[in-house]
Amino acid sequence: MISSRLQIFIIAMLLAMSGLFVVWYKVVFLGVPLTPHDKRSVFTVTAEIDLEGEGGPSSVSLRVPTEHKGMKILEREGEAGDFGMTTSTLESGSFLQWSKRKFEGRTKLFYKVTVTPEALYNPKVRSDMGWETQTGYDVTQFWEASEQAAAEGILNDAWEHSADAASLAAQLIAMFNAKMPSDAVKELLAKKNETTVTLITALLAREKIPFRKVRGVLLEDGQKKRRASTLLEVQGENENALFSFKAGRISLPKQFFVWYRGNGPMMTSKGIAKARLRFSVSESKVAASMLSKREALRQGSDFLNFSLDTLPSSQQNAFKKLLLLPIGALVVVIFRILIGVRTMGTFMPVLIALAFIQTTLVSGLLMFFAILSSGLIVRSYLSRLQLLLVARISAVIIVVISIMSVMSIVSFKLGIDEVLKITFFPMIILSWTIERMSILWEEAGGKEAMIQGGGSLIVAIAAFFAMDNSFIRHLTFTFPELLLIVLSLVILIGRYTGYRLSELIRFAPLAER
Amino acid sequence: MKLVSFGALRRKNVIGLNYRNIELIGRYNPRSHYPLVDNKLMTKSLAAEWGVPVTELYATIERQSQLRQLHEILEPYKSFVIKPDHGSGGKGIIVVTHREEDVFIKASGEALSLPDLRKHISNILSGLYSLGGRYDTAIIEKVVAFDPMFADYSFEGVPDVRIIVYRGYPVMAMMRCPTRESDGKANLHQGAVGVGIDLKTGKALSAVIHNRPVTHHPDTHHDFAHLMVPEWGRLLTMASACYEMTGLGYLGADLVFDKNEGALLLELNARPGLAIQIANGKGLRRRLDTVDAQKHARSAKERVLFSMYEME
Repeated sequence: MISSRLQIFIIAMLLAMSGLFVVWYKVVFLGVPLTPHDKRSVFTVTAEIDLEGEGGPSSVSLRVPTEHKGMKILEREGEAGDFGMTTSTLESGSFLQWSKRKFEGRTKLFYKVTVTPEALYNPKVRSDMGWETQTGYDVTQFWEASEQAAAEGILNDAWEHSADAASLAAQLIAMFNAKMPSDAVKELLAKKNETTVTLITALLAREKIPFRKVRGVLLEDGQKKRRASTLLEVQGENENALFSFKAGRISLPKQFFVWYRGNGPMMTSKGIAKARLRFSVSESKVAASMLSKREALRQGSDFLNFSLDTLPSSQQNAFKKLLLLPIGALVVVIFRILIGVRTMGTFMPVLIALAFIQTTLVSGLLMFFAILSSGLIVRSYLSRLQLLLVARISAVIIVVISIMSVMSIVSFKLGIDEVLKITFFPMIILSWTIERMSILWEEAGGKEAMIQGGGSLIVAIAAFFAMDNSFIRHLTFTFPELLLIVLSLVILIGRYTGYRLSELIRFAPLAER
Repeated sequence: MKLVSFGALRRKNVIGLNYRNIELIGRYNPRSHYPLVDNKLMTKSLAAEWGVPVTELYATIERQSQLRQLHEILEPYKSFVIKPDHGSGGKGIIVVTHREEDVFIKASGEALSLPDLRKHISNILSGLYSLGGRYDTAIIEKVVAFDPMFADYSFEGVPDVRIIVYRGYPVMAMMRCPTRESDGKANLHQGAVGVGIDLKTGKALSAVIHNRPVTHHPDTHHDFAHLMVPEWGRLLTMASACYEMTGLGYLGADLVFDKNEGALLLELNARPGLAIQIANGKGLRRRLDTVDAQKHARSAKERVLFSMYEME
């Protein structure tokens, strides 16, 4: 049999651990922000297509990005202008198509993607949209003989100095970027319409090495009308190697937004004289809480689907208050058990604190004193009338509510709005406080009533500061599982058999002798 | 205002309220047994069964309608005490020491009329003094005849002896002497003197008022050093017997001395306070541990002997 002390400890630990685990999961994997003002970067990547028409039926088809690891797509939006806009999902990927029967002159089409980098985001990528295993189409077969010979030379050289597909690609990139390139490389670079990128890919295709191009944009604020950056990915036996056409082997930059992995074109057009695809990037900071809420609603993570954010807003507001109560209760537990403050009733201070939250602290306190003292005066007179207890307390409540009504009307006429905030709820609590205080006064005398009333007020103010704190409000509402931690704390403190702070004073004469 | 460290209190074996609530009350006082002590009528009849002497019961008032006959009910009695059945901490108790026709004179000399008493009893019935504000019964009982041997240590009231009984063993005792400040009540909160009593001899050990040490009674100016509780062994045995009577492992027994009848059980308390430690200048912890170390069952008499001669 485990001792009850150990049981308590184990239960408290389990509760705290499960609470912490859920919080950790939500923060790390679902990106729920820990602080209310946590800001995150959101990038808007705009693909801009400049078109010049030929006057006939025209269509443009743009490959649209799919999600990948570490980068979350929040929104996609296409702008059609006077074109018709459709989407299509083919085996080779997703496309957005603009089309028009008769297109003349110039126009611009836009496609916007809002993305945010999220290190641990890992979407399910459709495997059929992934790797193109077949080797690229060999264009070098149409080259002139001398160029083919140069290509052969380069490849032989690279072959000798490499071990596998990845090192061969690395070798090729190094040869094309060398300060003093070989004659063969120079000859190929002199070819019309060819760039390092096209030449290297052509050579890789000639060598029948499986590769694909990785095209995307670097997420940096203020990029305007840039071409897509192109990286090279080569299939190795175990893992794929990524290359920059300039710098050799690299790993995927964190801020790199991959638009398309594959060797097909980014954009195809029909009946268009001139089409140009450019990308712009702009960054904005968005409150992270907004972001995750929007995400949860749109995409529906199973976990966040059960979050309180999904409730209608009126219920949300009720819960915002309700979830603060345990915090207030924790404050009461700490003050009573650890510090040893005497209070009226157990949770009266929490209710008073709730009333203060509605009225604001200073006006709440003023009102509290004004109404409490007038209520107690009325009570002391009523007690002379020899009424039965229940009737007497009811009479006090009626009188107190009349006082409050008069105060509200008078202050409204005087233009002080604060008093009007004492609505239904604080009114009930104040009346109840007066009742408790009067009973205590008769039972234990004025001194005890003052001690306990003052204690309640101190605890209420402490609870008010705890509950009114915007950070704590955010935490309790966004992470209701923190209640488990509060619960474990309360359970642990509930088994505390040590001295209260107040006992250090109370028993002081004892320790001195 | 002085402050001591946690360690200093621990060295003195002092126990705090949290310890009392969890380790003593929570562990040894089953809730179902509370009515036996919270309800004074039940305590009285139970004590009668077990042969523990108690104050004589005159009448009980359970309904407001009985108040009309209050005059008739009180008719035969020159002096009496009115108290709530479920009261605690001495709340709601009125002691009428003598009367002139329908004017009732309290111990303090204050005069009360019959309507005053009616109102007071009415308050008792509507639950003003009871734990949790439940409807209550008013008890009218005999006034304890003040034993003049304590005249030196009491001001306008009857001192009582509080004995803490832990699992049947008396572990600490104190006498509570009323003062002018306490309005004749033996209540430490209200300024009565708490006098620690030696378990072995019944002699005073030390005295405090409001947690501050004193040597003399503030009103009678007598030295507590000469105070000695008579019939000490019998008192301890009465208190110890309350363990079997109530089944409560942590218990406070309040006893008084009547001039004619000797020691009487006044009331029992299932949540006795810790001020007794201050009055004795000593913590309870070591004595509780001594009792916990006792393995075999003992009768009340044997337990008292153990407490008197073997405790510390």
